[in-house]
Amino acid sequence: MAGHSPSIDRKTLWGGGTSPLGVSYGKMMMWFFLVSDALTFSGFLVAYGFMRHRFEEAWPVAEEVFTHFPFLHGDHPLLYVALMTFILIMSSVTMVLAVESGHRMNRKGVILWMALTIVGGLIFLGSQAWEWYHFIHGTEAGAYQLADGTIAQWANEAMTALKLPNGTELMGADLAAAMETATHIQGANLTVNEYGVPLFADFFFFITGFHGTHVFSGVLINFIVFVNVLKGTYEKRGHYEMVEKVGLYWHFVDLVWVFVFTFFYLI
Amino acid sequence: MSDFDRTAEYVQHHTEEEGKKQRKTIWVVFWLLLGITGLEVTLGLYWKDFGIAWSFVKWTFILLTLIKAYYIVAYYMHLKHEFKSFIYMALAPYIVLAIYLVIMVLIEAIYINEVDKFL
Repeated sequence: MAGHSPSIDRKTLWGGGTSPLGVSYGKMMMWFFLVSDALTFSGFLVAYGFMRHRFEEAWPVAEEVFTHFPFLHGDHPLLYVALMTFILIMSSVTMVLAVESGHRMNRKGVILWMALTIVGGLIFLGSQAWEWYHFIHGTEAGAYQLADGTIAQWANEAMTALKLPNGTELMGADLAAAMETATHIQGANLTVNEYGVPLFADFFFFITGFHGTHVFSGVLINFIVFVNVLKGTYEKRGHYEMVEKVGLYWHFVDLVWVFVFTFFYLI
Repeated sequence: MSDFDRTAEYVQHHTEEEGKKQRKTIWVVFWLLLGITGLEVTLGLYWKDFGIAWSFVKWTFILLTLIKAYYIVAYYMHLKHEFKSFIYMALAPYIVLAIYLVIMVLIEAIYINEVDKFL
């Protein structure tokens, strides 16, 4: 591997005329960008952690919120997001295989694997749109926001009791009194959320939205590089480093999803 | 190429044989990532049935996530095979900032949550 021989002594390495970090300018700048971008995501996830612990009792359990799966009836917690994670891991593999093909100057290989990566990215974006749609749309029964702002859902099908976030149930006269000032809400947006505190919805839209924007721009950049591969730009240049650079970005997007998956859906 | 673009000097090329080896590593890492994700989902769905404490499950999730992150960064992003100085450049910000931030902010959040109960 060129630029990677550890035999170069420090004096030569840091003496000028060569990159002391052993990478090209473009690749280093991509890494710098990813480092700062990752810190942005750390900020978001830490903020999420703060609010979550701050409102521990009122925080909805993600498993009970995202339970839909296309063409299947009933509750299927985690299944859909597991599928999304699988799609993103798959497209990460195809990307790294494209990079590997580039190292062998195998243009056909790069074309095949990059095309599959783009398809994987598009499927992921579609999945996210579907999930957002269901979250915004909400459940059939919806929930009630009581006068003090607490969100309560029906405890049973017969609608004789409302379940409060602290586990107790409102029944009989208490229920009738509470219902006079309660408002019915369905689904979630930036101000109300039928599953619990509105902050949960805010963070959901913001973090998965920010990640989705990254996936979207990743697909776009992948597509531009893909067109260049088809045109033979990198063949003429003598190397496929551009594929490697977008590859870094794409893996970063997958990396962020690994953390979002854990902290938003699992924990 | 102009004299200013020296990218070619640092570009990595490898032969058919090296490629074979690398593809093997890529697929091994893939199965590992898939296996860990499968484990996470199974644990997320059935931890109550297994009778394990939630705090244990939570820390298992965090540990598995860090393992996944390590494999993506080290192998797919190739960081493991870069220069040491380059590796530190990428990792130092997290050791200094992110971990510090997580510890500070979460302690504060739990504290405020406790204080609320007495108000």
